[in-house]
Amino acid sequence: MSDTETESEVDSLGPNVRQTAAELATGDRTETLLQTDGLVKQFGGFTATDDVDFSVAEGELRCLIGPNGAGKSTLLNLITGSYEATDGSIYYNGHDITDLDPHERVSRGISMKFQVPSVYGDLSVRENVRLPVQQFADGEKRRRLVAEAIEVAGLTGYEDVDAGQLSHGQQQQLEIGMAAALEPDLLLLDEPVAGLDVAEREAIAERITRLNEEQGIAFVVIEHDTDFVASIAEEVTVLHNGEVFREGPIEEIESDPEVQRIYLGGES
Amino acid sequence: MSTDSATGEANRSLASRLRSRFEGPNTIGESRGFWVGFVVAVAALAVYPAFGDGSQLSLFMVLALLGLSLSIVWGYSGVLSFGQVVFFGIGAYTFGVVSINFATPGGITAAVVAGIAGGGVSAAILGYFMFYGGVRDVYVTIITLVSTIVMHTFMAQTAGSEWAIGEAALGGFNGMPDIPVLTLGVEGASYQFMYNPFPMRVIGIGSFEISPFYYLVLLLLVGTYLGLRILVNSDYGRVMVAVREDEDRTEMFGYNVTRVKFVVFTLGGALAGLSGVLYAARNVYIDPTVFSLLFATLPVIWVSIGGRKSLLGAVVATLAVEYLRISMAGELALVLLGTLLLVTILVLPSGFVPWLHEQLVETRLGPGEAGGADAPDASSEVSD
Repeated sequence: MSDTETESEVDSLGPNVRQTAAELATGDRTETLLQTDGLVKQFGGFTATDDVDFSVAEGELRCLIGPNGAGKSTLLNLITGSYEATDGSIYYNGHDITDLDPHERVSRGISMKFQVPSVYGDLSVRENVRLPVQQFADGEKRRRLVAEAIEVAGLTGYEDVDAGQLSHGQQQQLEIGMAAALEPDLLLLDEPVAGLDVAEREAIAERITRLNEEQGIAFVVIEHDTDFVASIAEEVTVLHNGEVFREGPIEEIESDPEVQRIYLGGES
Repeated sequence: MSTDSATGEANRSLASRLRSRFEGPNTIGESRGFWVGFVVAVAALAVYPAFGDGSQLSLFMVLALLGLSLSIVWGYSGVLSFGQVVFFGIGAYTFGVVSINFATPGGITAAVVAGIAGGGVSAAILGYFMFYGGVRDVYVTIITLVSTIVMHTFMAQTAGSEWAIGEAALGGFNGMPDIPVLTLGVEGASYQFMYNPFPMRVIGIGSFEISPFYYLVLLLLVGTYLGLRILVNSDYGRVMVAVREDEDRTEMFGYNVTRVKFVVFTLGGALAGLSGVLYAARNVYIDPTVFSLLFATLPVIWVSIGGRKSLLGAVVATLAVEYLRISMAGELALVLLGTLLLVTILVLPSGFVPWLHEQLVETRLGPGEAGGADAPDASSEVSD
C-alpha cells in the first residue's frame, strides 16, 4: 500500500479506529465494528440523541438500556440509515457510512429487527424467509439456507402458514430468523422480547446467544427487562436524555445508584 | 421401455418446471383444472367473433392491458396511481403523431414502438421525480391524479394550428383524426390489421368475417398476462410484493425500494402506452377524453372490483365492467360503477376473483383443511 493510499484510508476512519491506524498500515485489523462519533439527531426543537459516541466490537453482544425517550430506537435508526443524522458520523468496519442509504448499509453487513414485528403478514413463513436469502443464494443453497433460517426462528413445520397468522412471539422469532438470514456482521434488535411470556423470552435469549457464539454475529439489543439483559449480555450502555449515561458490565450498571434513579426508579 | 419411461419422466419434469414459472403464491391458479379452464377461456375468446361483437370485445381487451398495468403498479407494488391514463394517452398520441408523419408500414411499426416507449419514458420521468424525491403513499396518488388533470387541460387547448407536430395536428377537444390504419412490417412485407377482415365459413354457424386486429389484441393480452405471471412469481415479483407490504422492512433487507418502485412504475407506463397505442389504432382517432377524471378512475375501479392483487382479476373485471358500462351507457352506468365499487370495498375488499378462488379452494378441500398457525403440517414439502 502506498503512503497516499494509507493516508486516504486513515482519513475515512473514525476516532477509535484512527488510534489504530498505525496497526492498519502494518496489516493489523482493528476489532471495532461500529463506531458513532458525536451523533446528533434533532426532530424540530427536540434533541433525540446528543453527541453520542458509541462503539461495538466484532462479535460483541451489547445491550442498550434507558428509560422511554432516552434515544435508544433513534440511535438504532441512525445506525441503519432510517433516520438522517443532524450531525456526527457513523463508521462501520472503518468506513464512513453516514451518507449511505439503508439498503447500502445492509449490503455492508448491518441488519435489524424492528420494535414492532415487521413480517409480511400475507406471505407464508417460507416466502418471508426467501426474501432476504434470495439475494445471495440460488437453487439448492437457497433451499438449505431458507430451511436453516426457519429452524433458527424455531418455526420448522410452519413453512406454509401465513406469517400474519403466527402469534406475536412467533412473529418476533421469525423476524430475528429473517434478519439473521442475511448473514450480517451486526444485528440490531429493538425490544425483541416485548410482550412475550417467560418461555418465549428464554427461547429468544437462547437464539441470540447461539447466533452470537456460533456465527460470530455482533448484537446491539435494546431491552428494558434487566433480567433478560443479564441473561444475554455482559456489556451494557445506558442512554439518558439522548446521551450516553453509563457504560460497563451489567453487574456494575445494575448496582449504580444513579442508573437506578433515572432508569430503575430506585432511591438515589 | 425404460428409455420411454425415462423420456416421459424428463418431459414431465420439463413441463413441470415450465409450469412452475407461471405459478406461485402471488397469482391465482396452480391446479391442472385452472390451466384447462384458462385454455378453454382463451379458446372461447378466439371463437367469440363468430357469435358476437368482436369489435367491441377487442376494445375491452385493449383496456384490459391498461387494467394489468395498474395491477402491477398498485396491486403488486403498492403504488396507487391515478396516472395510468396519462401514459395511456401519451402512448396513443405518440402513436398518432408518428404514424401520421410516417404513414408507411415501417413508419407505423415504428410508431407502435414509439407509443410504448412514450408511455414508458413519461412514467420514468414522473416516477423518477416522485420516488427519488421521497414522495410516498397517498402523495403519489395525488400527484398522479393531478397529472391527468394537467394533461387533460393541456391537450384540450391544443386546437390552434400552431399545435401541430409535422403533419399531425393535435386538434384540442376535437382530437386527432385520420390516424393511419395499423400496419405492421416494412414496405413489401407488411400486414394490415385494421379494416382488413378475412371471411370465414363454418358449417353449422354460417359465414362471418373476423378481424386480424381482434386476434392481435387477444395474442398481446394473453402474452402480457402470462409474462406478468412469470414476473410476479419471480424473485423480483417477491420483492415487489414485499415493497407493497412494508417498504421499510424491505429496505432493511438490502433492497433498493426506490428503484423497485421506479422500475415497476416505468414498466406499468410502457404497458399503459401499449394499451393506448392499440386504443388509438382501433379507433383511428384519439382525443383528450382519455385524460379525463372519469377515464382516470376506471382502471382503479376495474382493479378494485376484480382484486388488486390478482392479474386475472384485473382482466376479468375490465372485460365485465366495461361490458356493463357500455351496455348501459349514460348516467345510470356511472351510478352502477359507483355502487359496484362501494359494495366491493365494503363486502369483498380483496376483490371478486380472489374471493371466488377462495370459495372454490374451500369447496375442493373442505372446511378445516386450509391449515393455520395452530395446526402446522410438519410434513409439508420444503421446495423452492
